[in-house]
Amino acid sequence: MEPLIIEGTPKTPSVRFDAQQGLVEIKGRSIPENSIEFYKPLVDWLEKYGENPAPLTQVNVQLEYFNTSSSKCILDVFKKLEAIFKAKHDVVINWYYEEDDEDMLEAGEDYESIIRVPFKMVEIVD
Amino acid sequence: MSFNFDAYYRKMNTGDIIVSYKGSITTEMINNTLEIVESRIGESPEDVRLRKKVYNVMVESLQNLYHHTDELPEDIRGEFEGHFGVVVVAREGSGIRITTGNFIKSDKIKRLKDKLDKINSMGPDELKDMYKFILNHQKFSDKGGGGLGLIDIVRKTGTRLNYTFQNYNNDYYFFSLDIKITN
Repeated sequence: MEPLIIEGTPKTPSVRFDAQQGLVEIKGRSIPENSIEFYKPLVDWLEKYGENPAPLTQVNVQLEYFNTSSSKCILDVFKKLEAIFKAKHDVVINWYYEEDDEDMLEAGEDYESIIRVPFKMVEIVD
Repeated sequence: MSFNFDAYYRKMNTGDIIVSYKGSITTEMINNTLEIVESRIGESPEDVRLRKKVYNVMVESLQNLYHHTDELPEDIRGEFEGHFGVVVVAREGSGIRITTGNFIKSDKIKRLKDKLDKINSMGPDELKDMYKFILNHQKFSDKGGGGLGLIDIVRKTGTRLNYTFQNYNNDYYFFSLDIKITN
């Protein structure tokens, strides 16, 4: 399966989805006016990846900012990962937040309470 | 007395202004405004926290304007551009005030007012539950966050939504929203 690679912009994150390595990475800022358009290929890729996932899928989400329009799309991404986990494949979501960024930590905890996948909260210290 | 835009805008523009804008709310305008806000709020450790909060609130406020601004009242269509909105960002003491304004059709006021009052009446835990409920159960439109923006603003700032609806004519009011952000 072809990897999904998208370069970051000031309003959309960089994306690296690699089936062979079982790597799902979203980094940067996610504040577009229309998030559905940006996230659709990501959700579609994960849907297909779910048919034959790696034994362990490592998910790294490291966002500096995300808007509420992205928040639903990020949940859709996590729901695809939850389906993979429910089908007895290992999945770990690493949620990165900058030192002292309590809002971003809390946002991760909100997702953790909705999605039945193991989360790890990772503080980035300068 | 009906709403006087010039008097309103003058009043908004008092104090230590970082951004003051009236006109079309476009993607380009949003990008430029965010850039200014980010560069004008400094680099000291306290300011980094404040900047993040201000940036988040700015994104939600501007995108609310972008998605929800009504068509203008007929008699001022020549005077103001389409998709018209107001954004003022000012320093107030050690914090920041963000004011946004836009024309709104009279028949939409009740729904918005009920929503604002409901959010203002809630404590942090209730807001968190409401946010998670909408996130998980409500279908979002192409327009965006299914109304999560205002809840997110209050959760992140811990302040109330301070608003006014001023009558412009039979069909329109002017909606103005003040948000104060402190460290």
